Amino acid sequence: MRFVVFIKASPMTEAGAAPTEDLLMAMGKYNEELVRAGVMLDGMGLMPSAKGARITIANGTHTVTDGPFAETKEMVAGFWVWECRSLQEAIEWVKRCPPSVDQDSFEIRQVYELDDFGSDGEGIEQHEKVAKMLAERDAGKA
Amino acid sequence: MTDTRGTIDTIWRIEAPKIIGGLARLVRDVGLAEELAQDALVEALEKWPETGIPQNPAAWLTLVARRRAIDRFRRDRMVRDKNREVARELDAREDVSIALIEAHMDDDIGDERLALIFTACHPVLSEEARAALTLRLLGGLTPVEIARAFVSTEATIQQRIVRAKKTLKEADVIFEVPRGTERLERLASVLSVIYLIFNEGYAATVGEDWMRVQLCREAQRLGRILAELMPEDSEVLGLLALMEFSASRFGARTARDGSPILLLDQDRLRWDRLLIHRGVAALERAEKLGQPKGPYRLQAEIAGCHATAPAAGDTNWIRIAALYEALGTVAPSPIVELNRAVALSMAFGPAVAITVVDKLCDEPKLQNYHLLPSVRGDLLEKLERFREAAGEFERAAALATNAREKALLEKRASACRARQG
Repeated sequence: MRFVVFIKASPMTEAGAAPTEDLLMAMGKYNEELVRAGVMLDGMGLMPSAKGARITIANGTHTVTDGPFAETKEMVAGFWVWECRSLQEAIEWVKRCPPSVDQDSFEIRQVYELDDFGSDGEGIEQHEKVAKMLAERDAGKA
Repeated sequence: MTDTRGTIDTIWRIEAPKIIGGLARLVRDVGLAEELAQDALVEALEKWPETGIPQNPAAWLTLVARRRAIDRFRRDRMVRDKNREVARELDAREDVSIALIEAHMDDDIGDERLALIFTACHPVLSEEARAALTLRLLGGLTPVEIARAFVSTEATIQQRIVRAKKTLKEADVIFEVPRGTERLERLASVLSVIYLIFNEGYAATVGEDWMRVQLCREAQRLGRILAELMPEDSEVLGLLALMEFSASRFGARTARDGSPILLLDQDRLRWDRLLIHRGVAALERAEKLGQPKGPYRLQAEIAGCHATAPAAGDTNWIRIAALYEALGTVAPSPIVELNRAVALSMAFGPAVAITVVDKLCDEPKLQNYHLLPSVRGDLLEKLERFREAAGEFERAAALATNAREKALLEKRASACRARQG
């Protein structure tokens, strides 16, 4: 299964503050472990929202708002794309992430892979069938 | 919702190779190492729900396993020289604290995991045994899961694993990463096991057990791990690239009714671009090593030609034909030659290709292979030799095992008969 792991923003990431030498080393090592475990597929660090923009579309009108944005908690500072056997595995890997200076918050989201099996409508059916199988399997384990 | 049991299983899956590898290096017996690790897991399942999961679960499990190893060697009455040595070594580590184990946990794990892969894939074992043992020790799959994946029974798989460990022990297989000329041979064995696992999964069709398809993911994962442990070997990168490219087509290869869609007819928008990108990157890394191209790398490059062509019409058939020719040199096979003919026909037309195919007609290995008359029929049809084409399509239909393909070939035969004139 594929997961996107969002690294949530913090006051420091929003300030564009450079991470310490130690943290860089630790993160480097962590990323290396992820690659060596065959988990990491992709990963990117995102610039502070000051360099970004938001666009809302309503009634055919586009409204563009330049960053920075206030709600630090809601924002994303980076993300990974991982291949894991389960959400639990992704959670275990996130737990190993080295702590940063101020705040650490992550969000894990599973990637839609309806096309794992079939096409169009059948894919959705199959996806649900698999989800059901997984639920049954995990229920049996407890 | 805290599901401790589920968490422990998940942690086990992640850490098992590291733990088993570390133990195997100490006790010099992969089978014993796995048993000890399993014993430690059982203890964890008993204790952790109460005590909570330790900060460093791998270190905890390793410590417990080592203590059990010491107990076992002490109890062993008939301590042969080999065991005595190991027992002494373990004794020396007896008072190693968890802190020290943690500190050294990451030393050499690369080497230990690699040694584990090489041992599980040892050529003294049958291919099926290697596959089962690899999935068990490196994938952390249970015998039940492996059985479902290979459409076998739990008992068969368990027996296979037990026998495999026994064989390794009796053959005195040393737990290490092979060096020198042996390394190349042994590596070929490792790559073939990973590719076998991948193909088992790739052959799975819609409606089959989900565990079958998971084999592909396990193989890809093993391929990625191996590429990190042996980045200096271009065939390792070649196999990785080949698997990434093949897997990129998962979402496009089956029609709504479950029938397979040929590569050239697939909707390329459904191809996984992330995997294609990874395949291309692996091939680029392989290229930089400046080693001669082996079969995996060549097959990967062929797959790469398709993967990077925006549409079927953009395919670089000339390059593919050249790659098949190179592949035929390093890994000669009539099927490779047949594929080369197909590429030649796409690149230069049917007249060029048919001379190659004609030479294959007496090839004993292809006598029952329906694709030979199928390809020949296709070329003859393009050359407007309709009567001969019909004959070939009929022969192909007779040999085809798949009902859908059979029907398709019969249809083509009729179409040719109609144009016979």
